[in-house]
Amino acid sequence: MKTSNGGNSFLDQVIKATPGGEKLVLCLQCGTCGGSCPSGPDMDYSPRMIFAMTSAGMKDQVLSSNTPWFCVSCYYCTVRCPQEIPITDIMYTLKQLAIQEGRYEQRKASDFSEHFIGYVENYGRSFELGLATRYFLFHNPLKLVNMGMGMGMSMILRGRMGFIPERIKNMDQLQNILDKAKQIAKEGAA
Amino acid sequence: MSTNSGHHYGYYPGCSITKNAAAYGVSTDAIARILGLHLHEISDWNCCGASEYFSINQLPAYALVARNLALAAGEGATEVVAPCSLCYVNLYKTDKNMRLHPDLKAKVNRALDAGNLHYEPDTLKVRHLLDIVVNDVGYDGVAAKVTKPLYNLRVAPYYGCLIVRPDTGFDNVEYPTTMDKLMETLGATVVDYPLKAECCGGHMTQISDTVALELIRRLLHNAAEYQADVIVTVCPMCQLNLDAYQADVNKRFGTNYHIPILYFTQVMGLAFGMTPKDVAIGKELVSADRALTKITAEPPEKPKTRKRDKKALPMPDMIE
Amino acid sequence: MPEEKVGVYICHCGHNIAGAVDVEAVAEWAKGLPNVTVSRDYKFMCSSLGQELIEEDIKEQGLTRVVVASCSPHMHERTFRTACERAGLNPYLFEMANIREHASWVHPDNVQAATDKAKALVSGAVHRVVYNKPLDAMEVPVEPTTLVVGGGIAGIQAALEIADAGYPVVLVEREPSIGGHMAQLDKTFPTLDCSACILTPKMFDVAMHPNITLLTYSEVEKVEGYVGNFEVTIRKKARKINEADCTGCGTCWEKCPKKVVDEVYESGLGYRTAIYRPFPQAVPKYPVIDVETCTYYQTGKCRVCEKFCPTGAINFDQEDELITYKIGNVILATGYDQFDPRRIPEYGYGRLANVFTSLEFERMVNASGPTDGQMVLRDGVTVPKSVAIVHCVGSRDRRYNQYCSAVCCMYSLKFAHLVKERVGGEVYNFYMDIRTSAKGYEEFYHRLLEEGVHFVRGRVSKITGAARQPGEEGKLIVQCEDTLIGKQRRIPVDMVVLSAGMEPRHDAAEVGHLFGISCSVDGFFIERHPKLDPVATMTDGIYIAGVCQGPKDIPASVAQGAGAAARVLSVIGKGSVRLEPVRATIDEANCSGCRICNTMCPYSAIDYIEDLKVSRVNPALCKGCGTCVAACPSQVITGAHFTYEQITAQIDGVLFDVLHQPVAEPV
Repeated sequence: MKTSNGGNSFLDQVIKATPGGEKLVLCLQCGTCGGSCPSGPDMDYSPRMIFAMTSAGMKDQVLSSNTPWFCVSCYYCTVRCPQEIPITDIMYTLKQLAIQEGRYEQRKASDFSEHFIGYVENYGRSFELGLATRYFLFHNPLKLVNMGMGMGMSMILRGRMGFIPERIKNMDQLQNILDKAKQIAKEGAA
Repeated sequence: MSTNSGHHYGYYPGCSITKNAAAYGVSTDAIARILGLHLHEISDWNCCGASEYFSINQLPAYALVARNLALAAGEGATEVVAPCSLCYVNLYKTDKNMRLHPDLKAKVNRALDAGNLHYEPDTLKVRHLLDIVVNDVGYDGVAAKVTKPLYNLRVAPYYGCLIVRPDTGFDNVEYPTTMDKLMETLGATVVDYPLKAECCGGHMTQISDTVALELIRRLLHNAAEYQADVIVTVCPMCQLNLDAYQADVNKRFGTNYHIPILYFTQVMGLAFGMTPKDVAIGKELVSADRALTKITAEPPEKPKTRKRDKKALPMPDMIE
Repeated sequence: MPEEKVGVYICHCGHNIAGAVDVEAVAEWAKGLPNVTVSRDYKFMCSSLGQELIEEDIKEQGLTRVVVASCSPHMHERTFRTACERAGLNPYLFEMANIREHASWVHPDNVQAATDKAKALVSGAVHRVVYNKPLDAMEVPVEPTTLVVGGGIAGIQAALEIADAGYPVVLVEREPSIGGHMAQLDKTFPTLDCSACILTPKMFDVAMHPNITLLTYSEVEKVEGYVGNFEVTIRKKARKINEADCTGCGTCWEKCPKKVVDEVYESGLGYRTAIYRPFPQAVPKYPVIDVETCTYYQTGKCRVCEKFCPTGAINFDQEDELITYKIGNVILATGYDQFDPRRIPEYGYGRLANVFTSLEFERMVNASGPTDGQMVLRDGVTVPKSVAIVHCVGSRDRRYNQYCSAVCCMYSLKFAHLVKERVGGEVYNFYMDIRTSAKGYEEFYHRLLEEGVHFVRGRVSKITGAARQPGEEGKLIVQCEDTLIGKQRRIPVDMVVLSAGMEPRHDAAEVGHLFGISCSVDGFFIERHPKLDPVATMTDGIYIAGVCQGPKDIPASVAQGAGAAARVLSVIGKGSVRLEPVRATIDEANCSGCRICNTMCPYSAIDYIEDLKVSRVNPALCKGCGTCVAACPSQVITGAHFTYEQITAQIDGVLFDVLHQPVAEPV
C-alpha cells in the first residue's frame, strides 16, 4: 500500500531522517513516552504531543519547542512504547532539523552541543574544561566563577580536569572523513 | 592479536577515562591484570561524540564513531570493550544501524573512504566492561580472586540507562541484576533499590540545572532511603553527575546527602586486596573514606527467615 | 490439444475487479484463445443472474468446459461448480481464475499491468480446463459421536446442544473439574449476575446428561482419520481415586498435611492441598492427588488421606488409562491463558506486593476465594483505600500482543464497581480507549461514571514503590501522562490491579498440530472464514469455539459453542459427508517401493504394502495436497485434478505472450 502521509512533508522529513522512523505513523497517542520521561514535566510539549503536532504538520512549533533538547537520552520511552517507535532517535532527528532550520529559540542546549563537537572536530577528543569555560562564558559568566571557585576547582585539584586538550595523531584523516560525511549529508538533504 | 592465555579485546577507553574518570581507568587496568583480561587500546581512537554529535548532524556522527570501529577491526579485534556507557551505546548503535540500514552503511563507508578506512558491520561485537566481567570472567571467576570480602558494606549498584537500553540485550531493560550479583560475589550487602536503572540527567547539567539536579536528587534520595553506604557505577557520566553535583543538590534542596560514588572496578579492586590508592579512591569529590570503614572482616549474620504470616496471601515467584 | 467448447466469464465484482482491470478488453481478447466458444463479462458472476448465464450457455451452446475469472476459489468455487452441475456439466470441468486477489487488488494503480495479468491468468485457465477430467465426489458415512475438547463455558454449551439433540458427546477436560475460567469469576458484566449461579447448573447438566461421557483430568493424545471417521485416543490421567467408591465427602483434603500454592484455580492467590478438589461445586465431585507435590510420592511416607478415607477410595497404584473412541466431528474449545504481567518489568508484578493480576483480583472478590471475598492487600489484612486499575496489560502492545483482548475494558469497569461497592475509596482506571461495544455495555460505563470512578486517559508508564515527594511514602505510585491534560501525573494508591489480556494457550500450536489445524500470527486457531465461517476450520470435521479462536467474552463464547454444535449437528443429521475427489494415486506397477512418499505425506495417508513392496494411497485420508506427487523420484504418483498435463498446460497458458519468443541472451 502506498503511504503519502497526506502530503505532510514535515512528517516525511522526520521519518526519512530516522533509522526505523517509519513507525512514527503508528503512534496511538497513549502517552507512555510522556509518562516515562524523566524530564517530561519540564518540556513545552510531551513527546506524545510532539508526534501529534508532527502528524499535523506543525513544523514551526515542533522545531522551536524545547522538548527534544530536554531529552536526556535515557531510552525509557523507546523500550516501553507499545508501538515500538524509536522515540529517542526521533528526538535526535528533531534536534538536527531544528539546527538545520535555525528554529530553536532557546539557543542554550544547541550551543552546548555545538561547542562540544567543536572540540571533537578540531582535536578528535572532547575537552571538559575548555567546554565548560567556553560554554558558560557564552551563557552564564557568573556560573563560571562559581565553577572555578567550587566544584570546578575541586575537580582540578583532584586531577580530574586537564588544562590542555588532547589531540589525536591522525587529525587530517578524521577531518577528511567528517568533511566527506557532511558533504554526503548535504546531498541527501537537498 | 597475541594468543596469550586469558581474554583479549580491543579497548576503547573514551575521553573521560584520561581525565575526569581517571579513577575508572586506573581501577580497570588494575582488575584486568588480576582477571586476565587483555585490553588492547585501539591506537589513535577518537571521541564517540557523546550524545551531542548525534544531535547536530547524524551522518558525521556515525562516521566519527565508525572510524573507531574501522581502526579496531583493522587491528584484528573481534570484540571491542568500552567502560563508558555512552561510548558503549554509540559504538553499539553505529554497528547495529549500519547492519540494519544498508543505505546508512554505504554512506558511512563513503565517508570513511576519505580517510582510507572501511568498516563492515558485524565484524566487531561491541561490549561493555561490566558485560565481559560478569559473562566472560563470570561470577565464579571473580569469586576466586576475592581476598578481602566487602562484608557489611551496603552497596547500591547503579546501572543508569545506556548499559541496558535501548536494546543491548545484556540485562533486563527495567530491572537489571548483573551488577547486584557481582557485588554479592564480592561479599557486599546489595541494596536492591528501585531507581537503579533511572537516568542521572546526562548532559542536562549543562542545559537546565533545575531538571538535572532534581533527577540527581531522586537517585540520592532513593539510595539513602535504602541506607546505601556507597553507590557503584558503570559510567563516567553517571559518576560525574552524582558525585560532582551532590553538593549542589544539598544546597538546592536543603538536604545532607553524603554518598560516595565509586566505579564498580574500584570496589572489585578493594575486594581483590588492593589498597584504596591502587584503585584511585580519593579522586571522588564525596569522599569514600568514611563508608569504607564499614567493611568488616566477618560476614554479617544471616537474617532469620521469618515464618510466613498465616493471613498473608502468596506472592508470585519472580521469573529469571 | 483436445477440442472442447469453452465458455469464459469475466466478473467485474462491482468495482473490485473492474476498477483496475479492463474487464471488457479481457473478455474480448479471450474470444481469440483456443477452444473458446463464448466469452462474456458481467457485473456479478456470483449473482443468480450470473449463474443463470453460465447455465444457459452450457445448455444452448453446448459448452463442455467453463472458466470463470473472478475472486478466490475459497470464495465461490463451490458456487460455480454447483451451477455447472445444475446444467448437467461435471463440476470438475470448471476452472477458476483469480483476477481479484491476484490482479486488481495487488495492482490497484496500474490498469495496464492488472489487465495484462488478468489475461495471463485467464489464458492459463483456458489452456488447463480442456485437460480436466470429470470426477465424482466420494460419500462417506459419519460417526454420530462428537468429541468436545475443553470444559469451559464454550465447550459446555457445545456439548449440551449436541447431547440435547440426542447424539453422543465425549467431553474431555485437562483439569480435574469442568468450568474453565468462568468458574473462577465472581460477577459477570454488565448485569453483575453471579458467575457460579449461572454456570454451575450447566456443569451439573453435563455431569448428569445420559448422552455425555465426561472425561476430566484427561488429554487427547492421538487423532487419526478424517471427517466423519476419526479415531481419537485419550489419556485419562490417574486421579489415584476409585471414583466408584468416592463420595466427595472432603475428609481427605481436610486431613492432607501438604499445602501448595494453587496456580490454576486460585491463580496463585490461594493454597490447596496435595489431594484436592479445585472448588466446592466442582464437576465431577471427586478429588485428585497431585503426584508432583504429594508427600507420599516425594518421600514414600504419609498416606494420611488413605488412613482417613471412610470408603477406602484412595488408590495409590492407579495408573493412567488410554481410551479410544470413534468420533465423527471434533469441537475444540480449549480457551486461553492469562498474559503473565511479569513480562512487563515496569509494572512491578512479582516485585511489588500490592500489584495484582485481574484473575487474582477475581479470586479475591469471590466469596469462595482465599480471602472469603474480603478486598485486602497482600498482607491479608489491610483494606485498600485507593485502587488503580491498569488497562491493556499485554494487549495492544507490539512487544507482546498486538491485538485487543476485547474483555478487559468491561471487567475493569466491573472491578471498579466492586471496589466502590465493597470498600468505597478512590478508584482510578488508566485506559487508552474504553471499548464497550455490545448490548448494555456502554450503559454500564455510564453507570460507573455516575459512581464517581476516576478515568485517566493514558497508558501507564510505570508503577513504583519509590516515593519522590511527600504523600507518596508507603504507597504504590502509578505514573503516566494524563493525555487529556498533556501532563505527567503520579498517582499514589494502595493497590494496583493489572488488567492482563488473553493469550493463546501455551500449547495451542501443538494442539493445533494434533488436530491438523493452524494458528494465526497471534497464536489463536484460524477459522475457515473470519466472517462467514467463524467456527469451522480448513480441516473438515474440526470446529473451534470460544477464546481458542480469538479473545471474546462469555456471551460470544456461548454463541460460538452453540454455533459449532449446530454445524456438527447438520453433518450428523445428513449422515454422510462428500469428500473432494482430488486424490493422489500411485501407479503400483512402476512404484519402486522407496517409501519417500510415506514419510513426506502430512496426513499419513500412504501405506507401504509389505507383500507387494509398493506404496498405496488411502483415498479417505488423502487431501490431495500434492506433496507425494512432487516427491516421487519415479514420477509414478498422479494427483487427480492436478495432473502433469493440466499443470503444464496452465503454465503454457500463463506464459502465452513469451513462450514462443526467442530467449534473450543475458546482458
